[in-house]
Amino acid sequence: MSESFLLSIKGVNKRFGGLQALTEVGLQIKRGQIYGLIGPNGAGKTTFFNVITGLYTPDSGSFILNGKTYTPTAVHEVAKAGIARTFQNIRLFPDMTALENVMVGRHVRTHSGAWGAIFNTKKHREEEAGILKRSRELLEYVGIEKFAEYQAKTLSYGDQRRLEIARALATDPQLLALDEPAAGMNATEKLTLRTLLKRISQDGKTILLIEHDVKLVMGLCDRISVLEYGKLIAQGKPEDVQKDPKVIEAYLGTGH
Amino acid sequence: MVNIKNSATLKFFIFAIATLALLLMPFFLAQFGNSWVRIVVLALLYVMLALGLNIVVGMAGLLDLGYIAFYAVGAYMYALLASPHLMENFQNVAAAFPNGMHTPIVFVVLLAAALAAFFGVMLGAPTLKLRGDYLAIVTLGFGEIIRIFMVNLNSPINLTNGPQGINLIDPPSIFGHSLSKPLQIAHWEIPSLAQYYYLFLLLVGIIIVVNYRLQHSRLGRAWMAIREDEIAAKAMGINTRNVKLAAFAIGASFGGVSGAMFASLQGFVSPESFTLNESIVVLAMVVLGGMSHIPGVILGAVVLYALPEVLRHTAGPAQQAIFGQEMVSPEVLRLLIYGLAMVLIMLYRPKGLWPAPEHGLKSPLLDTNTGKS
Repeated sequence: MSESFLLSIKGVNKRFGGLQALTEVGLQIKRGQIYGLIGPNGAGKTTFFNVITGLYTPDSGSFILNGKTYTPTAVHEVAKAGIARTFQNIRLFPDMTALENVMVGRHVRTHSGAWGAIFNTKKHREEEAGILKRSRELLEYVGIEKFAEYQAKTLSYGDQRRLEIARALATDPQLLALDEPAAGMNATEKLTLRTLLKRISQDGKTILLIEHDVKLVMGLCDRISVLEYGKLIAQGKPEDVQKDPKVIEAYLGTGH
Repeated sequence: MVNIKNSATLKFFIFAIATLALLLMPFFLAQFGNSWVRIVVLALLYVMLALGLNIVVGMAGLLDLGYIAFYAVGAYMYALLASPHLMENFQNVAAAFPNGMHTPIVFVVLLAAALAAFFGVMLGAPTLKLRGDYLAIVTLGFGEIIRIFMVNLNSPINLTNGPQGINLIDPPSIFGHSLSKPLQIAHWEIPSLAQYYYLFLLLVGIIIVVNYRLQHSRLGRAWMAIREDEIAAKAMGINTRNVKLAAFAIGASFGGVSGAMFASLQGFVSPESFTLNESIVVLAMVVLGGMSHIPGVILGAVVLYALPEVLRHTAGPAQQAIFGQEMVSPEVLRLLIYGLAMVLIMLYRPKGLWPAPEHGLKSPLLDTNTGKS
């Protein structure tokens, strides 16, 4: 049964001083799914996300990715294990070009070191050519190949989001984890983002989506978990979750 | 539109002329006296130092105020391996090398690089979690510790000869030819100082190539990613610990080579040459030249080293000619102009004299040709 899950997380607790940010949170994502994690402001979505990706160390919890247990203690190890993330407030490498940003993403799947670079070995040159080719492909994939040589900071907001997704895809992730990708986007940008996410999903990637925008999540996700005050209050298909009285209460308050 | 083939030819032409000019420089300058050649030779040492520091500060963004320590390590290593000092103080060393230690230059260069790299890792390892001001303070302390060690390591065992320093250092020898003697090639006689010039020029050339190759490699991109956003770099799977240590080690190794060459040129080393002030001067070369832009860093090193030296030689006579007497001593004038130049550069060229070309500064938002709404 656990075989069919790409990511299986159980019993995560995280405490910041006096604040219990996460209580016994868990979720299970099947391969190929788009999984949504929603909740009102301050519900602990980003905290949970940061725990999964190794930025915060959890107080307890079990983590299984692709049938193997992983301990999210170092961020770069999580990326190596196969979870690539984006950030709620975009974190690109602003002074590097869009292409270079994506090339950095290839770091974890390539090996050339200082010696290869200094002596410009054949292996190093071939690897560089591969990195360049794959990075250009990914820029084209998200639709910003014409900005390859522009500094990342000069791109428009929506394009920076796509660049961040391209950079995450460059690490060949098993799971693409997106932290509020639609935040601050206008309606048109949201629509293109949705198309892009659909396409990534169809190409076989599993996606974990943390989102504020309920409309986007409901239309896109196969399964949804709802967090409130650090606890899971509902889990299931979008249409079921939507009708759940606890979810309605969390979003709209009582007496509605 | 420039024809690509023509521009490649033009580039080659400029490169050839520049190489020729660099090769003939010591003979041209020797017409005006050996002190001018010496200025250029020392400027090359600072170019090596600045390019090494550029890896740590410019590419990886780790502010290092103790960089001169690696210069000191290289210089003392060469001094110990090529002077009678160890033999006079240690019986067993004297027994092992009855004719004195005359270490071959290739070996010295590699050993200086390796030893300095080791010290680079020693400095890097405890400072991995520090950034900005905090890192600067710790590296500053490291630089001072190395210098104070060199002042005090004359007892209980006399390793560094303390504040007196180590003298009688062998000049480097290549294939048995000592650089302190003029070299006769057919009718040409290459004076000693010019030979140093060519040796240093060769090393600078190697360091430039290594710098360029690293900058455009997986490791170089990882350094820049850490400089730009460390958390995002980690999230991309970059092991920031290893990558930072690599920056410290490689940057330090250039400093070590440069230090060994300094010792070989002077024939004498003492702790006085490795003060905090030197670290700051090298940092200023990197910052004022143009951080992480290799031609800018080279320009910064040459300008900041050569300008005061040129003033030293010209300010006195110039004042004599204009005012009939020396109004301000060249030393004072030097600091005055130095300070003024720094203020002006900060005001008018905050990214350095020759910053990295702003590829893609033309924002797609302003660019109508890209056709994106």
